[in-house]
Amino acid sequence: MKTFKSWFLAAAGLSLATAVQAQGPAIIYDVGGKFDKSFNEAAYNGAEKFKAETGIEYREFEMQSEAQREQALRRFARAGHNPVVMTGFAFATALEAVAPDFPDTNFAIIDMVVDQPNVRSVVFKEQEGSYLVGILAAMASKSNKIGFVGGMDIPLIRRFACGFVQGVKATNPDAEVFQNMTGTTASAWNDPVRGGELTMAQINQGADVIYHAAGGTGRGVLQAAADAGVLGIGVDSNQNHLHPGSVLTSMLKRVDVAVYNAFKDGTDGDFTTGFSVLGLDNDGVGYALDENNADLVTDDMRMAVDSAAEQIIAGKIAVHDYMSDESCPVM
Amino acid sequence: MTFEVILQLFDSSLRLATPFLLACLAGLFSERAGIFDIGLEGKMLAGAFCAAAMAAISGSAWIGLMAGMGISVLLSALHGLASITLRGNQLISGVAINFLASGLTVLVGQNLFRLGGQTPQLKGNARFSEITLPFADTLRDVPLIGPVYHDLISGHNILVYIGLAAVPLTWWVLFRTRFGLRLRAVGENPGAVDTAGVSVVRLRYEAVILCGILCGIAGAYLSLGTSAAGFVREMSAGKGFIALAALIFAKWQPLNALYACLLFGFLEAIGTKYQNVDVWGLFILPVQFMQALPYILTVVILAGFVGKAIPPKAGGQPYVKEE
Repeated sequence: MKTFKSWFLAAAGLSLATAVQAQGPAIIYDVGGKFDKSFNEAAYNGAEKFKAETGIEYREFEMQSEAQREQALRRFARAGHNPVVMTGFAFATALEAVAPDFPDTNFAIIDMVVDQPNVRSVVFKEQEGSYLVGILAAMASKSNKIGFVGGMDIPLIRRFACGFVQGVKATNPDAEVFQNMTGTTASAWNDPVRGGELTMAQINQGADVIYHAAGGTGRGVLQAAADAGVLGIGVDSNQNHLHPGSVLTSMLKRVDVAVYNAFKDGTDGDFTTGFSVLGLDNDGVGYALDENNADLVTDDMRMAVDSAAEQIIAGKIAVHDYMSDESCPVM
Repeated sequence: MTFEVILQLFDSSLRLATPFLLACLAGLFSERAGIFDIGLEGKMLAGAFCAAAMAAISGSAWIGLMAGMGISVLLSALHGLASITLRGNQLISGVAINFLASGLTVLVGQNLFRLGGQTPQLKGNARFSEITLPFADTLRDVPLIGPVYHDLISGHNILVYIGLAAVPLTWWVLFRTRFGLRLRAVGENPGAVDTAGVSVVRLRYEAVILCGILCGIAGAYLSLGTSAAGFVREMSAGKGFIALAALIFAKWQPLNALYACLLFGFLEAIGTKYQNVDVWGLFILPVQFMQALPYILTVVILAGFVGKAIPPKAGGQPYVKEE
């Protein structure tokens, strides 16, 4: 009996010790899923890069439904994971509630601002990257008609759209841009059938370059564009390889860098909270150029984009941010 | 609205109506034989997954289609076992199949491909590609008929045509063959069929297996015949339930089923194409309303606004031989 008692106490002490002992970092992916070839996959790549470089294991969780957000956050925080990174604006409400309960845990949220002392809010200047691919789209289009397919209809996605249209119009004021959103719920990130249908509708209207900012839905957009023999533009991750020769370029949003930095800073002990803005000036956004689209992007196009990028960094071109006033001057 | 725009809208309707149509005809066979089937959704989903998985592994869309039909028939047989042989509640068995498919597809998919429950993007022969019907290009310039034939009728993949062909075929089987007569009788008055010396159990199994085959094709269409080009989780997105509503709307008649499904496809196409509709400058119909149209129609139909829909009399009741 005595041995049992001491064994029990030891076990209890051990489990208590593990509860407070610092664990490795953790990441929670949003509903689109870890392998959406786009936003969440970029985050995954950043986490994998961290693991490969440091050898530190991390924990991950894929959301299956809206109800799991707060639960997943609490579970990781309670288990002692630090930092806890989450990908997606939709975590904001859950994080507002959870962050004050775990003052010693560092959190990082991507694409949203949560004003808590232990939260790092990483936001991107998507409008700048979208502006660059807008220039490429306008130069590649022969019909002067260009399409945009968004995922869920939220201000963040309108920021992509607005930057894109500004890039198109700056290059070719006569070009027409068709815009469609896939839906108004989170399922809009994972509906390739509807994405393909929207794309076909835009192609029927004459569009010959189509940019998507729709997560997993974009799989259908790029497929429909490739099937119809027109050009698609990927988003977040480099999607040029999905349909070599049919993807003009991809707007890179370095979610991988954001995740990697958060993991690295957190484990090194120099995690900073507050705002972190990633734009063209610190390589947070950009456009993808590799062997799959080398023949599609001419030297003229590359020069035009690179000069625009320099001017944006120098402040000579101001790309309007939709989210600053919820409106877009060119739409 | 120009003629061209209308054609594009109908073209899109036809593509979107195909999965409804195949699932609706599947339900028609089952329910005409007296077996309610709310597992259409799950069978479609499982069919979509198996079709995509086998197409990804084998590289052939046809092998994928066979696999999709196979798993769907298997689930149908399970539904048959529960509701015909074991005389269980048909609705509960159907719900169980939906849950089973929803969970198993992601689980097996994750274990097979390690892509979070998706299948790899399918390319080339692993998908059903568009077919240009004969003379489509030569007839293109003929006024009126040319564009209709070229843009609307030609240029779909084979499964769309299979779906359309299944309508007269279903009608012929149900209303012009001895098998069809017995199948309908077994849904109305199984006792009479039994008295005539025909096996009720056997006929009902045959009906659910036909249902499985058609559901499998519907599922394969989702993953192999659309621009999804592969499986993503929950990709059936309630289409099986809409097909069920269309079946009631169609009053269990094959030709009506075609019209009902085309209507649902048309509403979905409108919701996709016109996102915010300005009604004569008075007010704007928001995108949420446009995309909810098929569901609103479903509710209206189920509330009984389309006249009395009388289901097969013996529907939902297990057949017990008299002592």
